[in-house]
Amino acid sequence: MNGVAPRLQRHWDWRAAGNFICGGTGTGFYLFAALATLQGIQGPWPGLLALAFVGVGLFLVWLETGRPWRFINMFFHPQTSWITREALVVIPLMIFGLAGAWFGWRALVLVAAVFGLGFLYCQARILNAAKGIPAWRTPASVPLIFTTGLTEGAGLFLAAGLFLFPEAAGIASRFTVSALLALIIVRVWLWQVYRRSLEGGGAPDQAVAALREINYRFLAFGHVLPVVLVAGGLLLSKQAVVLNAFAGLFALAGGWMLKFTIVTRAAYNQGYALSRSPARVVGSGGGPGTKPGWSTGPSPDY
Amino acid sequence: MTRWVMIADLRRCVGCQTCTASCKHTNATLPGVQWRKVLDMESGEYPDVSRTFVPVGCMHCGDPPCMQVCPSTAIRQRDDGIVTINDDLCIGCGYCILACPYQALDKVDRPSYAYGCKPAPHEAARMERGRIGVSQKCTFCSDRIDNGREQALTPGVDPGATPACVNSCIADALHFGNIENPQSNVSELLRENEHFRMHEELETDSGFYYLWEKRS
Repeated sequence: MNGVAPRLQRHWDWRAAGNFICGGTGTGFYLFAALATLQGIQGPWPGLLALAFVGVGLFLVWLETGRPWRFINMFFHPQTSWITREALVVIPLMIFGLAGAWFGWRALVLVAAVFGLGFLYCQARILNAAKGIPAWRTPASVPLIFTTGLTEGAGLFLAAGLFLFPEAAGIASRFTVSALLALIIVRVWLWQVYRRSLEGGGAPDQAVAALREINYRFLAFGHVLPVVLVAGGLLLSKQAVVLNAFAGLFALAGGWMLKFTIVTRAAYNQGYALSRSPARVVGSGGGPGTKPGWSTGPSPDY
Repeated sequence: MTRWVMIADLRRCVGCQTCTASCKHTNATLPGVQWRKVLDMESGEYPDVSRTFVPVGCMHCGDPPCMQVCPSTAIRQRDDGIVTINDDLCIGCGYCILACPYQALDKVDRPSYAYGCKPAPHEAARMERGRIGVSQKCTFCSDRIDNGREQALTPGVDPGATPACVNSCIADALHFGNIENPQSNVSELLRENEHFRMHEELETDSGFYYLWEKRS
Protein backbone atom coordinates (compact mmCIF):
# COMPACT_ATOMS: atom_id res chain seq x y z
CA MET A 1 0.00 0.00 0.00
CA ASN A 2 2.89 2.33 -0.79
CA GLY A 3 2.26 5.90 -1.84
CA VAL A 4 -1.31 6.23 -0.61
CA ALA A 5 -0.69 7.85 2.79
CA PRO A 6 0.00 11.60 3.04
CA ARG A 7 3.55 12.53 2.12
CA LEU A 8 5.64 15.53 3.06
CA GLN A 9 5.67 17.98 0.18
CA ARG A 10 9.14 18.83 -1.14
CA HIS A 11 8.24 21.48 -3.66
CA TRP A 12 8.41 24.38 -1.24
CA ASP A 13 11.56 24.02 0.83
CA TRP A 14 13.64 26.32 3.04
CA ARG A 15 13.59 28.99 0.32
CA ALA A 16 9.81 29.26 0.49
CA ALA A 17 9.98 29.15 4.28
CA GLY A 18 12.54 31.97 4.01
CA ASN A 19 10.01 34.10 2.17
CA PHE A 20 7.45 33.67 4.93
CA ILE A 21 10.08 34.24 7.62
CA CYS A 22 11.68 37.31 6.06
CA GLY A 23 8.41 38.75 4.75
CA GLY A 24 6.70 38.47 8.13
CA THR A 25 9.68 39.80 10.04
CA GLY A 26 10.26 42.65 7.60
CA THR A 27 6.68 43.90 7.46
CA GLY A 28 6.19 43.47 11.21
CA PHE A 29 9.41 45.37 11.82
CA TYR A 30 8.32 48.10 9.43
CA LEU A 31 5.08 48.56 11.33
CA PHE A 32 6.92 49.14 14.61
CA ALA A 33 9.44 51.40 12.93
CA ALA A 34 6.54 53.43 11.52
CA LEU A 35 4.86 53.61 14.93
CA ALA A 36 8.16 54.77 16.43
CA THR A 37 8.12 57.77 14.09
CA LEU A 38 5.04 58.94 16.04
CA GLN A 39 7.29 59.07 19.11
CA GLY A 40 9.80 61.15 17.23
CA ILE A 41 12.22 58.31 16.54
CA GLN A 42 13.01 58.74 12.90
CA GLY A 43 15.72 57.75 10.51
CA PRO A 44 16.10 55.87 7.27
CA TRP A 45 17.74 52.72 8.60
CA PRO A 46 14.86 50.91 10.33
CA GLY A 47 12.69 51.19 7.22
CA LEU A 48 15.51 50.14 4.94
CA LEU A 49 16.32 47.14 7.12
CA ALA A 50 12.65 46.09 7.03
CA LEU A 51 12.48 46.42 3.25
CA ALA A 52 15.72 44.46 2.95
CA PHE A 53 14.10 41.60 4.85
CA VAL A 54 11.11 41.64 2.50
CA GLY A 55 13.43 41.78 -0.51
CA VAL A 56 15.53 38.86 0.70
CA GLY A 57 12.36 36.80 1.21
CA LEU A 58 11.19 37.50 -2.31
CA PHE A 59 14.63 36.73 -3.69
CA LEU A 60 14.58 33.36 -1.91
CA VAL A 61 11.22 32.43 -3.35
CA TRP A 62 12.36 33.62 -6.78
CA LEU A 63 15.19 31.09 -6.53
CA GLU A 64 12.59 28.39 -6.00
CA THR A 65 10.65 28.97 -9.21
CA GLY A 66 11.29 26.67 -12.15
CA ARG A 67 11.25 29.52 -14.69
CA PRO A 68 12.53 32.51 -12.73
CA TRP A 69 12.91 34.82 -15.75
CA ARG A 70 9.19 34.63 -16.34
CA PHE A 71 8.55 36.31 -12.98
CA ILE A 72 6.49 39.03 -14.64
CA ASN A 73 3.78 36.41 -15.27
CA MET A 74 3.05 36.21 -11.57
CA PHE A 75 1.18 39.51 -11.82
CA PHE A 76 -1.46 38.05 -14.14
CA HIS A 77 -4.03 36.64 -11.73
CA PRO A 78 -5.10 39.11 -9.03
CA GLN A 79 -8.70 37.84 -9.22
CA THR A 80 -8.00 34.77 -7.09
CA SER A 81 -4.28 34.18 -6.56
CA TRP A 82 -2.75 35.38 -3.31
CA ILE A 83 0.74 35.16 -4.82
CA THR A 84 -0.28 37.73 -7.41
CA ARG A 85 -1.81 39.92 -4.71
CA GLU A 86 1.34 39.65 -2.61
CA ALA A 87 3.42 40.65 -5.64
CA LEU A 88 1.14 43.60 -6.35
CA VAL A 89 1.19 44.85 -2.76
CA VAL A 90 4.96 44.74 -2.56
CA ILE A 91 5.28 47.40 -5.28
CA PRO A 92 3.67 50.28 -3.30
CA LEU A 93 5.31 48.93 -0.14
CA MET A 94 8.74 49.36 -1.73
CA ILE A 95 7.92 52.68 -3.38
CA PHE A 96 6.46 54.32 -0.27
CA GLY A 97 9.04 52.67 1.97
CA LEU A 98 12.02 53.84 -0.06
CA ALA A 99 10.49 57.29 -0.52
CA GLY A 100 9.86 57.46 3.23
CA ALA A 101 13.49 56.58 3.93
CA TRP A 102 14.75 59.08 1.37
CA PHE A 103 12.56 62.06 2.26
CA GLY A 104 12.00 61.22 5.90
CA TRP A 105 8.30 62.07 5.69
CA ARG A 106 6.28 60.35 8.38
CA ALA A 107 3.15 60.10 6.19
CA LEU A 108 5.03 58.07 3.57
CA VAL A 109 6.33 55.70 6.23
CA LEU A 110 2.87 55.19 7.70
CA VAL A 111 1.36 54.50 4.27
CA ALA A 112 4.13 51.98 3.58
CA ALA A 113 3.38 50.30 6.91
CA VAL A 114 -0.24 49.82 5.85
CA PHE A 115 0.93 48.16 2.63
CA GLY A 116 3.28 46.07 4.77
CA LEU A 117 0.29 44.79 6.73
CA GLY A 118 -1.38 43.96 3.42
CA PHE A 119 1.70 42.04 2.35
CA LEU A 120 1.70 40.09 5.61
CA TYR A 121 -1.99 39.26 5.21
CA CYS A 122 -1.36 38.01 1.66
CA GLN A 123 1.38 35.73 2.98
CA ALA A 124 -1.01 34.22 5.51
CA ARG A 125 -3.63 33.68 2.81
CA ILE A 126 -1.09 32.06 0.46
CA LEU A 127 -0.68 29.18 2.88
CA ASN A 128 -4.38 29.02 3.64
CA ALA A 129 -5.32 28.70 -0.06
CA ALA A 130 -3.19 25.58 -0.55
CA LYS A 131 -6.05 23.13 -0.32
CA GLY A 132 -3.81 20.11 -0.74
CA ILE A 133 -1.92 20.73 2.52
CA PRO A 134 -4.20 20.21 5.53
CA ALA A 135 -1.84 21.95 7.99
CA TRP A 136 -2.01 25.10 5.87
CA ARG A 137 -5.60 25.18 4.70
CA THR A 138 -7.16 25.39 8.15
CA PRO A 139 -8.63 28.87 8.68
CA ALA A 140 -6.71 29.00 11.97
CA SER A 141 -3.44 29.36 10.02
CA VAL A 142 -4.29 32.89 8.83
CA PRO A 143 -4.37 34.74 12.18
CA LEU A 144 -1.45 32.63 13.44
CA ILE A 145 0.84 33.55 10.54
CA PHE A 146 -0.28 37.19 10.66
CA THR A 147 0.25 37.53 14.40
CA THR A 148 3.57 35.72 14.21
CA GLY A 149 4.79 38.26 11.66
CA LEU A 150 3.85 41.12 13.97
CA THR A 151 5.49 39.38 16.93
CA GLU A 152 8.68 38.85 14.97
CA GLY A 153 8.64 42.50 13.95
CA ALA A 154 8.24 43.69 17.51
CA GLY A 155 10.99 41.34 18.64
CA LEU A 156 13.42 42.48 15.98
CA PHE A 157 12.59 46.12 16.65
CA LEU A 158 13.51 45.72 20.32
CA ALA A 159 16.80 44.04 19.42
CA ALA A 160 17.73 46.26 16.49
CA GLY A 161 16.86 49.39 18.41
CA LEU A 162 20.03 48.97 20.45
CA PHE A 163 22.09 49.51 17.32
CA LEU A 164 19.87 51.64 15.08
CA PHE A 165 18.91 54.34 17.61
CA PRO A 166 20.85 53.61 20.84
CA GLU A 167 20.07 56.99 22.39
CA ALA A 168 16.30 56.48 21.99
CA ALA A 169 16.16 52.74 22.57
CA GLY A 170 14.58 53.17 25.97
CA ILE A 171 11.73 55.31 24.63
CA ALA A 172 11.10 52.97 21.72
CA SER A 173 11.31 49.97 24.01
CA ARG A 174 8.45 50.96 26.32
CA PHE A 175 5.67 50.86 23.74
CA THR A 176 7.13 47.94 21.80
CA VAL A 177 7.56 45.79 24.91
CA SER A 178 3.90 46.24 25.75
CA ALA A 179 2.99 45.32 22.20
CA LEU A 180 5.33 42.32 22.28
CA LEU A 181 3.76 40.99 25.46
CA ALA A 182 0.27 41.40 24.03
CA LEU A 183 1.29 39.70 20.79
CA ILE A 184 2.94 36.84 22.65
CA ILE A 185 -0.25 36.19 24.59
CA VAL A 186 -2.35 36.30 21.43
CA ARG A 187 0.13 34.03 19.62
CA VAL A 188 -0.01 31.40 22.37
CA TRP A 189 -3.78 31.37 22.14
CA LEU A 190 -3.77 31.21 18.32
CA TRP A 191 -1.20 28.42 18.43
CA GLN A 192 -3.53 26.36 20.61
CA VAL A 193 -6.49 27.12 18.33
CA TYR A 194 -4.41 26.15 15.31
CA ARG A 195 -3.27 22.85 16.80
CA ARG A 196 -6.77 21.99 17.96
CA SER A 197 -8.07 22.58 14.43
CA LEU A 198 -5.68 19.92 13.13
CA GLU A 199 -5.97 17.29 15.81
CA GLY A 200 -8.69 14.67 15.70
CA GLY A 201 -8.97 14.43 11.94
CA GLY A 202 -8.05 17.90 10.71
CA ALA A 203 -4.65 16.88 9.37
CA PRO A 204 -2.61 13.73 8.77
CA ASP A 205 -1.11 12.17 11.88
CA GLN A 206 2.44 12.99 10.84
CA ALA A 207 1.62 16.68 10.39
CA VAL A 208 0.11 16.79 13.86
CA ALA A 209 3.18 14.99 15.22
CA ALA A 210 5.55 17.49 13.56
CA LEU A 211 3.75 20.35 15.27
CA ARG A 212 3.57 18.52 18.59
CA GLU A 213 7.33 18.02 18.41
CA ILE A 214 8.04 21.76 18.54
CA ASN A 215 5.26 22.63 20.98
CA TYR A 216 7.30 22.83 24.19
CA ARG A 217 10.32 24.49 22.57
CA PHE A 218 8.06 27.02 20.88
CA LEU A 219 6.20 27.81 24.07
CA ALA A 220 9.28 27.87 26.31
CA PHE A 221 11.71 29.83 24.12
CA GLY A 222 9.27 31.86 22.06
CA HIS A 223 6.91 32.86 24.85
CA VAL A 224 7.83 32.02 28.43
CA LEU A 225 11.45 33.12 28.18
CA PRO A 226 10.64 36.52 26.60
CA VAL A 227 8.08 37.16 29.33
CA VAL A 228 10.64 36.24 32.01
CA LEU A 229 13.22 38.54 30.43
CA VAL A 230 10.78 41.44 30.23
CA ALA A 231 9.83 40.84 33.87
CA GLY A 232 13.54 40.85 34.70
CA GLY A 233 13.81 44.20 32.96
CA LEU A 234 11.11 45.61 35.21
CA LEU A 235 13.12 44.55 38.26
CA LEU A 236 16.52 45.58 36.91
CA SER A 237 15.64 48.83 35.22
CA LYS A 238 19.24 49.64 34.24
CA GLN A 239 19.46 46.48 32.20
CA ALA A 240 15.89 46.71 30.92
CA VAL A 241 16.77 47.72 27.37
CA VAL A 242 19.20 44.83 26.95
CA LEU A 243 16.86 42.31 28.55
CA ASN A 244 14.02 43.53 26.34
CA ALA A 245 16.26 43.13 23.32
CA PHE A 246 16.94 39.51 24.26
CA ALA A 247 13.23 38.97 24.88
CA GLY A 248 12.62 40.25 21.38
CA LEU A 249 15.25 37.95 19.89
CA PHE A 250 13.69 34.89 21.50
CA ALA A 251 10.20 35.88 20.33
CA LEU A 252 11.67 36.38 16.86
CA ALA A 253 13.42 33.00 16.85
CA GLY A 254 10.21 31.32 18.03
CA GLY A 255 8.32 32.76 15.08
CA TRP A 256 10.99 31.63 12.64
CA MET A 257 10.93 28.12 14.08
CA LEU A 258 7.14 28.02 13.81
CA LYS A 259 7.06 29.08 10.17
CA PHE A 260 9.93 26.82 9.17
CA THR A 261 8.10 23.89 10.77
CA ILE A 262 4.73 24.69 9.22
CA VAL A 263 6.16 25.19 5.72
CA THR A 264 8.68 22.38 5.58
CA ARG A 265 7.96 19.82 8.33
CA ALA A 266 4.20 19.77 8.84
CA ALA A 267 3.33 20.15 5.17
CA TYR A 268 2.01 16.67 4.56
CA ASN A 269 -0.35 16.44 1.63
CA GLN A 270 -3.87 15.07 1.67
CA GLY A 271 -3.00 11.53 0.61
CA TYR A 272 -5.64 9.32 -0.93
CA ALA A 273 -8.87 7.96 0.48
CA LEU A 274 -11.70 5.66 -0.42
CA SER A 275 -15.24 6.31 0.78
CA ARG A 276 -16.16 2.68 0.17
CA SER A 277 -14.40 -0.41 -1.06
CA PRO A 278 -16.14 -2.15 -3.94
CA ALA A 279 -18.79 -4.81 -3.59
CA ARG A 280 -17.49 -8.15 -4.85
CA VAL A 281 -20.98 -9.63 -4.83
CA VAL A 282 -23.99 -7.66 -6.04
CA GLY A 283 -26.06 -6.48 -3.13
CA SER A 284 -23.36 -7.08 -0.54
CA GLY A 285 -23.16 -3.38 0.23
CA GLY A 286 -19.43 -3.13 -0.36
CA GLY A 287 -16.84 -2.73 2.32
CA PRO A 288 -15.63 0.09 4.50
CA GLY A 289 -13.53 2.85 3.08
CA THR A 290 -10.03 3.82 4.12
CA LYS A 291 -8.03 6.98 4.72
CA PRO A 292 -4.42 5.94 5.35
CA GLY A 293 -2.34 8.18 7.57
CA TRP A 294 -5.29 9.90 9.23
CA SER A 295 -6.72 9.29 12.66
CA THR A 296 -10.46 9.09 12.72
CA GLY A 297 -12.17 12.12 14.10
CA PRO A 298 -14.66 14.80 13.27
CA SER A 299 -14.26 16.46 9.90
CA PRO A 300 -12.90 19.95 10.28
CA ASP A 301 -14.59 23.06 8.95
CA TYR A 302 -12.76 24.17 5.86
CA MET B 1 -23.34 21.83 -22.60
CA THR B 2 -20.42 19.47 -22.26
CA ARG B 3 -18.46 18.33 -19.25
CA TRP B 4 -16.04 15.50 -19.81
CA VAL B 5 -15.65 13.17 -16.85
CA MET B 6 -13.95 9.88 -16.20
CA ILE B 7 -15.29 6.89 -14.34
CA ALA B 8 -13.32 4.08 -12.72
CA ASP B 9 -15.23 0.94 -11.87
CA LEU B 10 -13.47 -0.27 -8.72
CA ARG B 11 -15.05 -3.70 -9.07
CA ARG B 12 -13.32 -4.20 -12.39
CA CYS B 13 -9.88 -2.64 -12.03
CA VAL B 14 -7.25 -5.37 -11.65
CA GLY B 15 -4.29 -3.05 -11.07
CA CYS B 16 -2.46 -4.08 -14.23
CA GLN B 17 -1.13 -0.53 -14.79
CA THR B 18 -1.75 -0.76 -18.52
CA CYS B 19 -3.41 2.66 -18.33
CA THR B 20 -0.29 4.01 -16.61
CA ALA B 21 1.95 2.62 -19.34
CA SER B 22 -0.38 3.82 -22.06
CA CYS B 23 -0.40 7.33 -20.59
CA LYS B 24 3.38 7.41 -20.37
CA HIS B 25 3.67 6.19 -23.95
CA THR B 26 1.14 8.70 -25.25
CA ASN B 27 2.43 11.72 -23.37
CA ALA B 28 6.14 10.86 -23.18
CA THR B 29 6.40 11.81 -19.54
CA LEU B 30 9.83 11.62 -17.95
CA PRO B 31 10.83 8.84 -15.53
CA GLY B 32 9.15 9.36 -12.17
CA VAL B 33 6.27 11.33 -13.64
CA GLN B 34 2.96 9.54 -13.97
CA TRP B 35 -0.10 11.47 -15.00
CA ARG B 36 -2.21 8.34 -14.57
CA LYS B 37 -1.51 6.11 -11.58
CA VAL B 38 -3.21 3.08 -10.13
CA LEU B 39 -3.02 2.84 -6.36
CA ASP B 40 -3.13 -0.38 -4.42
CA MET B 41 -5.20 0.28 -1.28
CA GLU B 42 -6.21 -1.93 1.60
CA SER B 43 -9.25 -1.41 3.77
CA GLY B 44 -10.99 -3.15 6.62
CA GLU B 45 -9.43 -5.01 9.51
CA TYR B 46 -8.09 -8.52 9.70
CA PRO B 47 -9.60 -10.94 8.84
CA ASP B 48 -12.15 -8.88 6.92
CA VAL B 49 -9.72 -7.06 4.65
CA SER B 50 -10.12 -6.06 1.04
CA ARG B 51 -7.72 -4.79 -1.56
CA THR B 52 -8.78 -2.21 -4.11
CA PHE B 53 -6.99 -0.86 -7.15
CA VAL B 54 -7.74 2.82 -7.56
CA PRO B 55 -6.89 4.77 -10.72
CA VAL B 56 -6.04 8.39 -9.93
CA GLY B 57 -4.75 11.45 -11.71
CA CYS B 58 -6.02 14.93 -12.43
CA MET B 59 -9.69 14.95 -11.51
CA HIS B 60 -10.42 17.93 -13.80
CA CYS B 61 -12.36 19.53 -10.98
CA GLY B 62 -15.30 21.81 -11.60
CA ASP B 63 -13.77 24.21 -9.09
CA PRO B 64 -10.05 23.51 -9.51
CA PRO B 65 -7.96 24.68 -6.53
CA CYS B 66 -4.88 24.65 -8.77
CA MET B 67 -6.42 27.20 -11.11
CA GLN B 68 -7.53 29.47 -8.28
CA VAL B 69 -4.04 29.79 -6.82
CA CYS B 70 -2.05 29.95 -10.08
CA PRO B 71 -0.50 33.45 -10.23
CA SER B 72 0.24 33.36 -13.95
CA THR B 73 -3.13 32.19 -15.34
CA ALA B 74 -1.24 29.28 -16.90
CA ILE B 75 -3.89 26.94 -15.54
CA ARG B 76 -7.24 27.39 -17.19
CA GLN B 77 -10.49 25.52 -17.52
CA ARG B 78 -11.98 24.95 -20.93
CA ASP B 79 -15.69 25.23 -21.55
CA ASP B 80 -15.88 21.43 -21.59
CA GLY B 81 -14.41 21.25 -18.04
CA ILE B 82 -10.92 20.09 -18.99
CA VAL B 83 -8.26 21.83 -16.89
CA THR B 84 -5.15 22.71 -18.90
CA ILE B 85 -1.69 24.15 -18.25
CA ASN B 86 -0.05 26.58 -20.65
CA ASP B 87 3.66 25.66 -20.52
CA ASP B 88 4.66 29.04 -21.90
CA LEU B 89 2.95 31.01 -19.13
CA CYS B 90 3.77 28.84 -16.11
CA ILE B 91 6.55 30.21 -13.90
CA GLY B 92 7.05 26.91 -12.07
CA CYS B 93 6.26 28.26 -8.62
CA GLY B 94 4.72 24.92 -7.62
CA TYR B 95 1.77 26.52 -5.85
CA CYS B 96 -0.72 24.45 -7.87
CA ILE B 97 1.04 21.26 -6.77
CA LEU B 98 0.37 22.18 -3.15
CA ALA B 99 -3.19 23.31 -3.83
CA CYS B 100 -4.22 20.05 -5.46
CA PRO B 101 -5.57 17.55 -2.91
CA TYR B 102 -5.18 14.71 -5.43
CA GLN B 103 -1.40 14.97 -5.93
CA ALA B 104 -2.10 15.22 -9.63
CA LEU B 105 0.52 17.77 -10.57
CA ASP B 106 4.24 17.42 -10.90
CA LYS B 107 7.25 19.51 -11.80
CA VAL B 108 10.58 18.37 -13.20
CA ASP B 109 13.42 20.86 -12.89
CA ARG B 110 16.03 18.78 -14.65
CA PRO B 111 15.36 16.18 -17.32
CA SER B 112 16.07 12.59 -16.37
CA TYR B 113 16.16 9.56 -18.58
CA ALA B 114 15.30 5.91 -18.27
CA TYR B 115 18.80 4.67 -19.08
CA GLY B 116 21.52 6.84 -17.59
CA CYS B 117 22.30 10.50 -18.09
CA LYS B 118 21.70 10.61 -21.84
CA PRO B 119 18.34 10.20 -23.53
CA ALA B 120 17.67 7.07 -25.52
CA PRO B 121 16.81 7.85 -29.18
CA HIS B 122 13.09 7.56 -28.56
CA GLU B 123 13.35 9.84 -25.51
CA ALA B 124 15.34 12.44 -27.43
CA ALA B 125 12.81 12.37 -30.24
CA ARG B 126 9.86 13.02 -27.96
CA MET B 127 11.43 15.22 -25.30
CA GLU B 128 9.29 18.29 -24.62
CA ARG B 129 11.70 20.93 -23.33
CA GLY B 130 8.81 23.28 -22.63
CA ARG B 131 7.71 21.01 -19.81
CA ILE B 132 10.95 21.38 -17.84
CA GLY B 133 10.63 23.66 -14.83
CA VAL B 134 6.87 24.04 -15.11
CA SER B 135 3.89 22.19 -13.71
CA GLN B 136 2.45 19.30 -15.65
CA LYS B 137 -0.50 16.98 -15.34
CA CYS B 138 -3.04 14.84 -17.16
CA THR B 139 -4.88 16.66 -19.95
CA PHE B 140 -7.62 14.04 -20.43
CA CYS B 141 -5.83 13.69 -23.81
CA SER B 142 -7.54 16.91 -24.86
CA ASP B 143 -5.74 17.01 -28.21
CA ARG B 144 -7.11 13.57 -28.98
CA ILE B 145 -10.61 14.64 -27.99
CA ASP B 146 -10.41 17.78 -30.11
CA ASN B 147 -9.04 15.96 -33.15
CA GLY B 148 -11.64 13.23 -32.77
CA ARG B 149 -14.50 15.68 -32.54
CA GLU B 150 -13.32 17.40 -35.69
CA GLN B 151 -13.78 14.04 -37.37
CA ALA B 152 -17.29 13.70 -35.89
CA LEU B 153 -16.17 11.01 -33.45
CA THR B 154 -17.71 10.69 -29.99
CA PRO B 155 -15.31 10.86 -27.02
CA GLY B 156 -15.73 7.88 -24.76
CA VAL B 157 -17.30 5.84 -27.53
CA ASP B 158 -14.89 6.09 -30.45
CA PRO B 159 -11.28 5.25 -29.54
CA GLY B 160 -9.98 7.98 -31.83
CA ALA B 161 -11.56 10.61 -29.56
CA THR B 162 -11.02 8.92 -26.21
CA PRO B 163 -8.17 9.31 -23.68
CA ALA B 164 -5.38 6.78 -24.09
CA CYS B 165 -5.80 5.31 -20.59
CA VAL B 166 -9.47 4.52 -21.23
CA ASN B 167 -8.69 2.96 -24.60
CA SER B 168 -6.02 0.74 -23.09
CA CYS B 169 -7.96 -0.58 -20.10
CA ILE B 170 -8.07 -4.36 -20.37
CA ALA B 171 -10.88 -4.76 -17.82
CA ASP B 172 -13.27 -2.13 -19.14
CA ALA B 173 -12.88 -0.39 -15.79
CA LEU B 174 -12.23 3.10 -17.16
CA HIS B 175 -14.91 5.08 -18.95
CA PHE B 176 -15.04 8.56 -20.38
CA GLY B 177 -17.89 10.73 -21.56
CA ASN B 178 -20.07 13.80 -21.27
CA ILE B 179 -21.88 13.91 -17.94
CA GLU B 180 -24.13 16.72 -19.17
CA ASN B 181 -25.67 14.41 -21.73
CA PRO B 182 -28.23 12.17 -19.94
CA GLN B 183 -27.93 9.57 -22.71
CA SER B 184 -24.14 9.30 -22.54
CA ASN B 185 -22.28 6.19 -21.43
CA VAL B 186 -21.10 7.88 -18.23
CA SER B 187 -24.52 9.25 -17.28
CA GLU B 188 -25.94 5.77 -17.70
CA LEU B 189 -23.21 4.21 -15.56
CA LEU B 190 -23.74 6.75 -12.80
CA ARG B 191 -27.49 6.15 -12.87
CA GLU B 192 -27.05 2.38 -12.61
CA ASN B 193 -24.31 2.27 -9.98
CA GLU B 194 -23.49 3.56 -6.54
CA HIS B 195 -20.58 5.94 -6.79
CA PHE B 196 -18.44 8.48 -4.97
CA ARG B 197 -15.78 11.04 -5.72
CA MET B 198 -12.53 11.23 -3.79
CA HIS B 199 -12.23 13.91 -1.07
CA GLU B 200 -15.79 15.04 -1.68
CA GLU B 201 -15.63 17.06 1.56
CA LEU B 202 -13.12 19.44 -0.04
CA GLU B 203 -15.77 20.59 -2.51
CA THR B 204 -13.61 20.56 -5.62
CA ASP B 205 -16.42 19.14 -7.78
CA SER B 206 -14.13 16.42 -9.05
CA GLY B 207 -14.73 15.10 -12.56
CA PHE B 208 -13.60 11.58 -11.67
CA TYR B 209 -16.17 9.12 -10.31
CA TYR B 210 -15.64 5.74 -8.68
CA LEU B 211 -18.25 3.01 -9.01
CA TRP B 212 -18.44 0.55 -6.14
CA GLU B 213 -21.75 -1.32 -6.41
CA LYS B 214 -24.65 -1.95 -8.74
CA ARG B 215 -27.63 0.15 -7.74
CA SER B 216 -30.62 -1.98 -6.79
